Amino acid sequence: MTELVSSSDAVKRARFNGLKWLMRRLPLTSKIGAAILLFWIIAVLTVSFWPIDDPLAMVGRRLQPPSGDYWLGTDALGRDVLSRTLHGSVWSIPIAFVVVFCAVVIGSAMGAVAGFFGGWWDSIIMRLVDVTVSFPPILLAMAVAAMLGPGLANASIAMVIVWWPIYARLMRAQVLEMRERDHVEAAVAGGAGPFRVLTIHVLPLCWTPTLINATMDFGQVVLLAASLSFIGLGATPPSPEWGSMISEGAARFYNWWIAFGPGMAILSVVLASSFLGDGLRDVFDRRST
Amino acid sequence: MLAYVIKRLIAIPFLLLGVASVSFMLSQMTKGDPLAALVPERMMSNTEVVAAVKAEWGLDKPLPVRYAAYLGNLVQGDLGTSFATRRPVAADIAQRLPATLELVVCAMIVGTTLGLSLGLLSAKYRGSVVDSLARMVALVGSSLPIFWSGLILLYLFSVRLSIVPGTGRLPARVDPPPDVTGFYTIDSLIAGDLSLFLQSIAHLALPAFVLGWAVTGIITRLVRSSLIEGMAQDYARTARAKGAPEHVVLINHALPNAMIPLLTILGFTFAYLITGAVLTEAIFSWPGIGSYAVRAASSLDYPAIGGVTIVGSVAFLLANLLTDIGYAWANPRIRVH
Repeated sequence: MTELVSSSDAVKRARFNGLKWLMRRLPLTSKIGAAILLFWIIAVLTVSFWPIDDPLAMVGRRLQPPSGDYWLGTDALGRDVLSRTLHGSVWSIPIAFVVVFCAVVIGSAMGAVAGFFGGWWDSIIMRLVDVTVSFPPILLAMAVAAMLGPGLANASIAMVIVWWPIYARLMRAQVLEMRERDHVEAAVAGGAGPFRVLTIHVLPLCWTPTLINATMDFGQVVLLAASLSFIGLGATPPSPEWGSMISEGAARFYNWWIAFGPGMAILSVVLASSFLGDGLRDVFDRRST
Repeated sequence: MLAYVIKRLIAIPFLLLGVASVSFMLSQMTKGDPLAALVPERMMSNTEVVAAVKAEWGLDKPLPVRYAAYLGNLVQGDLGTSFATRRPVAADIAQRLPATLELVVCAMIVGTTLGLSLGLLSAKYRGSVVDSLARMVALVGSSLPIFWSGLILLYLFSVRLSIVPGTGRLPARVDPPPDVTGFYTIDSLIAGDLSLFLQSIAHLALPAFVLGWAVTGIITRLVRSSLIEGMAQDYARTARAKGAPEHVVLINHALPNAMIPLLTILGFTFAYLITGAVLTEAIFSWPGIGSYAVRAASSLDYPAIGGVTIVGSVAFLLANLLTDIGYAWANPRIRVH
C-alpha cells in the first residue's frame, strides 16, 4: 500500500517537474498563448459569477458607442457587448474542445487501424479520407450543417466530419513508422497479439504530432464554428455566440463596436493556439521544423 | 514523372465519383423537408398539389433510381434546379463564376506579393524587430476571422475615410462592361472605358486585400523558412566566396530555390481562398459563387448547395492536381522516377 502511494507521489512529482521543464523551454509567445487560453478556460467555468451584466438583458440605451459604463458599447437591443463577448466563450470554447477531441479520437483510431493492419483496411479508410479531403472544408461543413439543419450541435458534427481525415493521415504515418521499430518486432516475437502490440507498443509513441496539431487546430475550429454561425448555420441569435454576434454587427454596419468585441475574442483564441502549438512543436518535434 | 501524373489523373474520376456520392447522400439525409421550400404552406394539405410537385422534382422515385438519375445528370453538367431561383444551378454558377474568379485571382496576386515581400524582409533581417513585425503581420492575417476583418476594414476605409467605394463589383446604377471574359477589369479595358476600369479596380481593392491577407501567413512562413535554409546551403557559401554581397545571394540564389516549396502549397492556399471567398463575398455583397452558397445554405436550397459543393470540389481537385504536376516538373528528384 505504501509503495503505491509513494509511486503515485513520484508520478505527481515527475509531472510537476515536466511542467516546469516545459515552461522553461517554451518561448515567450507560447507562454502568452497559454495564458490567453487559460483566461478563456477560466472564463468558461466562472463567467456566470463575474460582476458583469446579464448577456441577455437589455441593460442600457440601444446602440451606445463604447463608454465608461459600457466598455465595448451596447448592441441594437441595449445589451452590453463586453458581457456578451465574455459569455460567448461558454459557447465557442467547449464546442472547439469537443470537435477537436472527437476528430482526434475518430481520426486517430481510423489512421491507426489503416496503418497497423494495412491491406483492405488501409485501402478503404484512406480512400474515405481522400474523398473527404477532396471537398473544400467550408463547403463540406456548410453542406453537412445545412442538411442536418441549423444549430450548434449539427455544426459541430459537420466540423468533425471536416477534421477527422487530418488526424487519420497523421496517425497512419506515425504508426507506419513505429511499426518497423525493433521493440515492436521483439514484442511480436515474444508472442504479443496484434491488439496488444498496437495499443501497448505502437500507439503510445505516436501521439506527439497529433497533440501538436490539435493545439494548433483548436483556434481554427473556433474560427470555422464562428464562420458557420455567421452564415446562420450555427448558433441562433439570442445566444451570445461570437459568430452570430458578428453577424448581428454586420446587419448594423455603422455601429462597428457591436462586432468589434467578439472579433477580437476570436482573434485572441486563434493567435493563442497557434503560438502555443508552434512552441510545443519546437520543443517536442524538432524534425518537422 | 509521367507515371506519377498518370496515377494522379486516374485517381481523379474515382474521387469525383466519391464526391458526387457524398453530395447525393447528404442531399438525401436532409432533416429539413425540401417540400417546404417548394410548396407554399397553405397548399401543403392539398395532396394533389404535393404529388404534382413531387413528380415534377422527382421526389417520388425510389432512392437508387434517383441516384442513377443524379449521376447521369451530373455527367451531362446538369446540377439540378435551384429551389430559390428556379433556374438551373449550373447556369446560376456559370453566371457567378467570373466574379469569384476575378476576386480570387486578385487576392492571390495580393497574397503572393505580400507574402514574398514579408518573407524576404523577415529572412533578411532575421531575429530583428523587422522579422518579428513581418511575421506578426502575416500571422494576424491568417488568424483573423475574415468576415470580421472585412467588416471593420470596410467601415474604416469606406465609411470613415471614404478611400474606397462600398460593396459590390460596381457602383449601383452603373452598367457592367459588355461581357467578354466576365472579369469587369479586363472587359472594361477591352471596351476602352478607362473610368469603368478604375471603378471596378476600386471596388475590387478592399475585398482582394482582405482575402489576400488571409493567405499571406502561409506564404510568408514558407518563404522565410526556405530562404533561411537556402542561405545556409553550399551554393550560398560558394556565391559568398566568389564575392557576392548578401542581398545578391538572397535574391539571386536563395529566392529561386524557395519557389519550389511555394509551388507545393498552392493547392493548400486554394482551400483557404475558397473558405475566405465565401465569407468575403458575404460581407462585400460580391455577386459570386460564395455569396450564392451562403444564400443557398441559409435558405436550405439543397440543389444549389450540392451544386456549389461539387463545383468547388472539382476546382479544388484541379488545383491540387496542377500543384502536383508543377511540383513534379520543378523537382528533378520526382521527375526522374
